[in-house]
Amino acid sequence: MAGNKQQAQNQAKIFSRRAMILGGMQATLVGSLIARLYYLQVIESEKYRLLADENRINLRLLPPSRGLILDRFGVPLAANFPNYRAILVAEQTKDLEQTLGDFARLVPLTERERTKVMRELKRNRAFTPIPVKEDLSWEQMSQVELNLPELPGISIEEDQKRYYPFAGLTAHILGYVQTASESEVAADPDPLLTLPGFRIGRNGLERTYDSSLRGSAGKSEIEVNSVGRIIRQLSRVEGKAGADLVTTIDIGLQEFAQQRIAAEQSCSSVVMDIFSGEILAMASTPSFDPASFYRGISSDEWRMLNTDMFRPLTNKTISDGYAPGSTFKIVTTMAAQQAGISPNFSVFCPGVYTFGPMRLHCWKKEGHGHVSMTDALKHSCDVYYYDIAKRVGIDAIAEMARKFGLGTVTGIDLPGENSGVIPDQAWKIGTLGEKWYPGETLVAGIGQGFIQTTPLQLCLMTARVANGGYAITPRLFKRYGASGGAAGTGDLAANAGLAEGAAPKMDVNPNHLAIIRRGMDLVTNDQRGTAYRRRIDIPGMEMAGKTGTSQVRRITMAERATGVRKNEDLPWPQRDHALFVAYAPVHQPRYAISVVIEHGGGGSTFAAPIARDILIECQRRDPARRNPNDEGGRREMP
Amino acid sequence: MFAMTPMGNKQKKVSLGEKLLQLNWSLVLLVTAVASIGFAMLYSAAHGSADPWMAAQMKRFGLGLVGMLILGLIDLRLYMRFAYAFYALAFVLLVYVEFLGEIGMGAQRWINLGFIQLQPSEMMKVALVLSLARYFHGTDWEAVGKPWVLIPPTLMAVAPAGLVMKQPDLGTAVTLMIVGGAMFFAAGVRWWKFAIIIAVGVVGAYFAWNSDLLHDYQKARILTFLDPESDVRGAGYHIIQSKIALGSGGIWGKGFLQGTQSHLDFLPERQTDFIFTMFAEEWGLVGGVVLLSLYSMLVLYGVVIALRCRSQFGKMMAFGLSFNLFTYFFINTAMVMGLIPVVGVPLPLISYGGTAMMTVLAGFGLMMSAYVHRDAKIGRTGREEN
Repeated sequence: MAGNKQQAQNQAKIFSRRAMILGGMQATLVGSLIARLYYLQVIESEKYRLLADENRINLRLLPPSRGLILDRFGVPLAANFPNYRAILVAEQTKDLEQTLGDFARLVPLTERERTKVMRELKRNRAFTPIPVKEDLSWEQMSQVELNLPELPGISIEEDQKRYYPFAGLTAHILGYVQTASESEVAADPDPLLTLPGFRIGRNGLERTYDSSLRGSAGKSEIEVNSVGRIIRQLSRVEGKAGADLVTTIDIGLQEFAQQRIAAEQSCSSVVMDIFSGEILAMASTPSFDPASFYRGISSDEWRMLNTDMFRPLTNKTISDGYAPGSTFKIVTTMAAQQAGISPNFSVFCPGVYTFGPMRLHCWKKEGHGHVSMTDALKHSCDVYYYDIAKRVGIDAIAEMARKFGLGTVTGIDLPGENSGVIPDQAWKIGTLGEKWYPGETLVAGIGQGFIQTTPLQLCLMTARVANGGYAITPRLFKRYGASGGAAGTGDLAANAGLAEGAAPKMDVNPNHLAIIRRGMDLVTNDQRGTAYRRRIDIPGMEMAGKTGTSQVRRITMAERATGVRKNEDLPWPQRDHALFVAYAPVHQPRYAISVVIEHGGGGSTFAAPIARDILIECQRRDPARRNPNDEGGRREMP
Repeated sequence: MFAMTPMGNKQKKVSLGEKLLQLNWSLVLLVTAVASIGFAMLYSAAHGSADPWMAAQMKRFGLGLVGMLILGLIDLRLYMRFAYAFYALAFVLLVYVEFLGEIGMGAQRWINLGFIQLQPSEMMKVALVLSLARYFHGTDWEAVGKPWVLIPPTLMAVAPAGLVMKQPDLGTAVTLMIVGGAMFFAAGVRWWKFAIIIAVGVVGAYFAWNSDLLHDYQKARILTFLDPESDVRGAGYHIIQSKIALGSGGIWGKGFLQGTQSHLDFLPERQTDFIFTMFAEEWGLVGGVVLLSLYSMLVLYGVVIALRCRSQFGKMMAFGLSFNLFTYFFINTAMVMGLIPVVGVPLPLISYGGTAMMTVLAGFGLMMSAYVHRDAKIGRTGREEN
């Protein structure tokens, strides 16, 4: 057995050696495991720590509350209102149908709402809150709160909705807010826009000052598990609320103006402080309810608003251009004086003006006889203006018109402003490709033809006449802040003149402007003025104005022969526009106004009374006159 | 630790009390320590609760520990005598579940014995080690050099591995092949034979890949298997989350019960295959190195027993079993660290589940028996030799 023994010893020796070799391999492999752990847990640790946090931490944006929009006295025009909504978490109830049924007994649910809830419940995980009903009333909310123990899974959530206490009265000025479209979300780097249900300013001041009103987002870090269930809140940084916007609007006057023109089918009016350019009222009718845009407007409603002949969605004061008619004679008169025509220059008006083959009629068939410059304004004599327009030429008239802010956007802080049209020779070649005919100058001289002006531009023109030739800019923005200034005054100092250098001086002769003001005074306060019957006869409140009736259709020779048809006999779209511009008080001007009634007939008959009433109200509300305790202008939120 | 109690060459009748003293109590302590880490992790996996995993696992471990000690007291020669029979039983059961699984039990590959689910593939791991140990015990060194002598043991390893692969349980199949290979190597099979087999394998794989034998979708599946991170949502998700958990644990870990990846369910299978990840997330690099060291000590223990054994059977068995343990924990930890593809191998003694624990504890029982009977001389057929 010695061989066997030798054999066994050999075998043992080989085994030991091989076992050691394998042991060494194992040790190497364990070493590689440790090296790998070191690599993952020490060298790459920071990267994986971030990834782990990315896994578990969800960043939620907290929407800030939108800044308020206030009138000049601090009355809220756009505010935030709590919105209560009922939500349902499926996993917290045993019987969904039962819970929904019990809920519907407190707050009625339509069949559509119910199926929507069921669909959402199926689509989402059991712990995801599903909105059941938005916009609960206070009563409904308290009913639900009271019965929560019997409504497993239901809870009440609160957020804010935009609320416009004056609804249609301020709709055109404020605009409205709406959820952002996909392209808007893509264009705006603000992460807030990605929040479902977050709304941005879509029109009016809400849009112009959107970024200030919006505020900045807060952040909340939430720990979630792999399926997205919220475990806990890790941190919370509140957002910065949007800035409150104090406007120049006097809501009392705005309300008055809007209601005063409400009877007209399509009308607009602007009231401006002639020294600061602050808009006190800006009315346009018909209006619309901004709340319907907030809720999400139905396609029927949208179509109705859009196809309405009277265009309720349009802010006519800035977006509509009208032929200014005789109100433009202010510009023509200025141009004439600038060209050296004396105020004493007089023209004989026989009722018709012959220019080559053309016969141009004065509005007064029998004529005005001899008229001077101020008489021409007082009577609004067309023949006088044909004559001086022909002498001055279109380019000089256009240049003067632009000095008064016509033919270009005024720069008011609202979106969608129309620049209007002030034609001259270059314009016609450039736009229509035709040369200017001298006859067109005559037509332009009385504010007809190609000329288009917005009611705001007309008001601005009047203000620049009244303030002695300062190129003020109209605006709605007063300042950012919590509320109005000194209680009751709305920062409207009683004897405000124009601060030196506050607005650039226009390149016009003040004496020329005085002639215009004299003429406008005669229009309303001379017995033979075109608007005498619509004058303000309250001492100290008297106004000076200018009427305008702009023709929409062309009156043919045949019609003139048989007698011009009366406005009332024409279909609405063919009737004349009625215009009136004015300022008051006549001897110490402070406010300017323009009124345009679309297809409303004669300016003196229809537009002037509106201007008169609004100017009276405006002066009555002037802080210099009224007792601050008498009527604060403040109004509780309805 | 490896205190040696002198035993004479003469095999006297040894009393039970003496045998109990002979058992490696330090090994028992080591095993219990590792298992206890497992209990703590199962407690954490249940977010700080004994249920549903820790309590059940403790019971199972208690039972297994008793079984291990009993196995340690049984005479080594008995194991040798029944090695082939045990192998045959395991093989039959393997075939049995293969067909039964095909026919009626879905993908089920185990037999429910009521208190435990018996998994023949796990049984086979021990059976293969035993039968290979017996085969090489009866084959002298010169014979090992002859190729035909190696044919029976090769079949012994390849046949069950093939069956298990078909299940498909790649992890166990690979383990069987690796453990078998290690035993061949320890038995003295020449280097170049391994080299030839590896070369044939590599060349075969190359041709198979470039031939039309594999469909494109099969190739895609293999590629995903080899590089799971190319499939972020599917196969790669587990391994990516596992690496995030490990890496974010850092040097000191996030603390007991504080692992975010584990507790927020980002880490899949945290109580079974990915429990090492959870451990290293909560205890960091320090914990991971400690645990790997404990395993290495257990493996080393087996190697030392093997070296101390007088009989070739005892040597081969102890070495094979310790190598089995090594393969187990290496594949699992390398897998969760993203070093090798995910094959679904649990971490022995720690992962929740009975089968792997039974296999490993049985293995330790057999090793102890080898230690207790380290000086026994065993004849070619298993009879005592003088």
